Parts: sequence; structure tokens; C-alpha cells
Amino acid sequence: MADTIYPRLIGARLRSQMSYRASFALDLLTQVLAQWVELVVILVLFSHVNALGGFSKDEVLLMYAFAGIAFGIADLFAGQLDNLPTYIRAGTFDVLLMRPLGTLPQIMVSDVRLRRLGRIVGALAVMVYALAHVSIAWTPAKVALTIATPLAGAVIFSSIWVVTCSVCFWIVEGREFANAFTYGSGAFTSYPVNVYSAPLRWLMAFIVPGAFVAYYPSLALLGEQDPLGLPGWVGWTSPLVAVLAAVVAGFVWRFAVRHYRGTGS
Amino acid sequence: MLAGMTANVVFGLLRVAILAAALKAANGEIADYDIAATNTYVWIGQGLLGFVLLWGTNELAERVRSGDVVVDLYRPWHLQSAMLAQDVGRGGFAFLTRLAPPMVFGMLLFPFQFPPSPVRWPLFLVSAVVALVVSFACRFLIDASAFWLLDNRGLYGFWNVTSGLLCGLTVPVSFFPEWARDVLWMTPFPALMQAPIDIFLGHGDPLRILLYQVFWAVALLLAGHLVLRRAVRKVVVQGG
Repeated sequence: MADTIYPRLIGARLRSQMSYRASFALDLLTQVLAQWVELVVILVLFSHVNALGGFSKDEVLLMYAFAGIAFGIADLFAGQLDNLPTYIRAGTFDVLLMRPLGTLPQIMVSDVRLRRLGRIVGALAVMVYALAHVSIAWTPAKVALTIATPLAGAVIFSSIWVVTCSVCFWIVEGREFANAFTYGSGAFTSYPVNVYSAPLRWLMAFIVPGAFVAYYPSLALLGEQDPLGLPGWVGWTSPLVAVLAAVVAGFVWRFAVRHYRGTGS
Repeated sequence: MLAGMTANVVFGLLRVAILAAALKAANGEIADYDIAATNTYVWIGQGLLGFVLLWGTNELAERVRSGDVVVDLYRPWHLQSAMLAQDVGRGGFAFLTRLAPPMVFGMLLFPFQFPPSPVRWPLFLVSAVVALVVSFACRFLIDASAFWLLDNRGLYGFWNVTSGLLCGLTVPVSFFPEWARDVLWMTPFPALMQAPIDIFLGHGDPLRILLYQVFWAVALLLAGHLVLRRAVRKVVVQGG
């Protein structure tokens, strides 16, 4: 049953959003702008300096673009988890539990906000620009890596969303705490991770595996040495890290849902 | 509240790190900002964000949409003044819970640049309060647009996305190229954030900055007052 019901649910969400075309177009444009605000910041900074953490403007733009696409895709599906506190407080989470479908996929398709495509489009445009301006010795493997990186990044971001939002099962008003890591990771991964201080880097790049969203894959593509000293093959491990993150997220979610008690009727 | 603090501090740390990396590459100083000034700039900004409430709740617009606004309109008060009073009251609480903690956090853990003369402390407070009034006036205008648009969420989203960059929250206004800097200081945006920070850091003439802020506060409040007067004449509430 689940294989036909999810496409139908997503289709219904998409049709409902497309019915107000002007409003949808404005929303889409706003999302492109939202993505480009960080681009302006990068360009303003690079009007004063030639390198950030030892990386040129186009190299930083490549990382920013990878992070932006990955975050956009994750936001499209996992962003709805921001509503979890409402489900829990109002007790409507019970409804999800009663249906013969997984709770997590149900929340994910509860509101697929199509306007988030604006973010992805905005970042894709920058990626095309950056790829045309950095020097990469292209091989078939690197082409595959370029395509796999945003997808692996999206899985990593989604896992971060699931794990940090699970906190809301214990602390109902935990949304802002989760945002520190979801939106925080989005901002964190747009820059080379060697610019951050060691404690922040350990937390956001390795415990929360933000470094594998854009930084290490970009190093592998560019064929550059890691200033932090990790070997070159690390740049190819992002899909593996993504699978690992998804497995961890799955376990955390199951554990958290088992902890849930309804508010009664 | 602790959760909100976590988000605030994490974003502050990220911004400090990125700006510090840029400073390092630029031999320690960009446009009057050395490392201490940058830390101060970031932590005051993180505090002001919640104090002036740059990203509001769009509450009035929701009440216009639902029709509840009619209750607000037939009360014997001036709606805009009442809402301003509410917002100033919120600011009083936010001063303790939102503005002070990140500033103290920054002072204790980072190199911090204190104002060059003690008189700038009270001037900074006045400037921050005027910034709150300007922020309220901007949000009121966006809210009031719902009287014509009914659904102003597009405009509201547009404000949320662009205001942080234009007011000097994400990057100091003086980092922008000269033409952009001049254009920005002709708009009310720097009055929301960059103005109080400049007064604290000793950048520019404090009286000129305050006059600039007060000008925009009065102009935008007046605009809000006129907009509301027109809106009241055209409001139609369904049902009874």
C-alpha cells in the first residue's frame, strides 16, 4: 500500500500549492533570494580578501553551492519536522500512530513545500558558475562524486533534522534547540570548516557530520590537501557517512517515538 | 528560553569564526573592524536581534485575515499606539532575556571593545530603544499591508529574508562597497541594527546617528498612522 499512497499524498500537496500561482511565484523568488543572501556575504567578504581559510572565492562558492543544494533538498522533505512540537503538544501525533504507515514518512509528506525549490535553483546556478571557474581534473569518478555530493548532503542534513527534532519528545519547546543544528549546519557547511575554532569544528563538522556535506567532497574534486591533515580518500566517503547518519537517525527516531505518551482525550 | 539561547550562541560563534577568518586574511583589519570590534559587533547584533524583534509574528495581519481585527478597531484606543506600547513592554523583558545574555557572553569569553567614552553607554541604550521603535514601525507597515493584500505572507517572507543583510546583522554595513553603503544609509535599515552598534563601538558621530534614527522612527510611525487611517475606511468584515 505504502508504495502508491506516498506519491499520491505528495501529488496532492503539490497541486494545492500550485493553485495560487502568483503567490507561489513570489514565494519561489523569495526563496531564491534567501539562498543568495549568503552569496552576497561571501562576495562582500571577498571584496576585502583574496582567500578564506586558504581557499579562493570560487572554491568557497563551490562549497556554498553544494551545501545550499543539499540543504534545500533536505528542507523540502525534512523541514516539516519543525512542526513536530505542535503535533506533540496538541496530541495530534496520536493520529499518525494510529495509521498503518511509518510516523516519520507521514510527517515528511505532510507539507512538501514546493517553494523550497527556489533555494535549490539559486544554489544550482552558483554551482554551475563555480564548477566553470575552478580547475578540476575531470574523471568519470569525479563526475559521479559531483552528482552524489548534494544527495549525500541532503541525507546528512535530513538525519540531523530527525535526530535534533527527536529532542522535542522530551522538551516540547525544543524547536529552537533543533534549529541551532539544522539551520546552523546549513550556515556552517557553506564555508571551509578549517576557519572555525577547534571546539566548534569538532561539534559541527565531525560529531554532527557537517564536514562531509561540502568540505571534504570539494577537496577531493579540487585535488587539494586537507589543511586539517586528513588523507585524501576521506573526500569520497560522504555517501557512506550519509548512510551511517540515516541509520543512526532511524534508531533515534524509533527510540524517541517509543518514549511518546499521548496527552489523553 | 535555554533552547533559544543555544541557537543564538551557535549562530554567534559561526559568524565570529567567518568574520575572524576574513580579518586574518586581510591582515587584521577591515573598514575600522579589528578582531575585538568584530566580536563586539557580532554579540551586540545577536542580542539586538531579539530585542528589536527584527523578525516579528505577523499577528495583526493574521487578525485582519480572520476578521478579529474589528475588535481591535472599535476599542477606544489608537491601535498603533497600543501595539507600540505592547512592543516596548516586550522589549523591557527582552532586554534582560535577549539583549544582555549574548553581550555578557561575548564580554566574558572574547576580546571585547568597550565604548571609547562612558557617555556612549546611555547613548547606546537610547539608540537601541529607538531601533526597537523603528523595527516596530516597519513591522506595523508590513502587518497593515494585509488590509489590502489579505494574504501578506509573501511580503512578510521577503522582509524576513532581506532585512538581516540590509540592516547590518549578517555583515557590517561598512564592509559593503562605497556606493552600496551610501544607498543603505539613506534607507531605514541601518537604523535597526548598525546604528546602535556604531554608537557602542565609537564609529561615527553619535548625535548624527541618533538624529538619523529618530527621523526614521517618526517618519515610519507617521506613515503607519496614515496607512491605518485609510485601512479603517475600507475594512469589510464578513458575518456578524
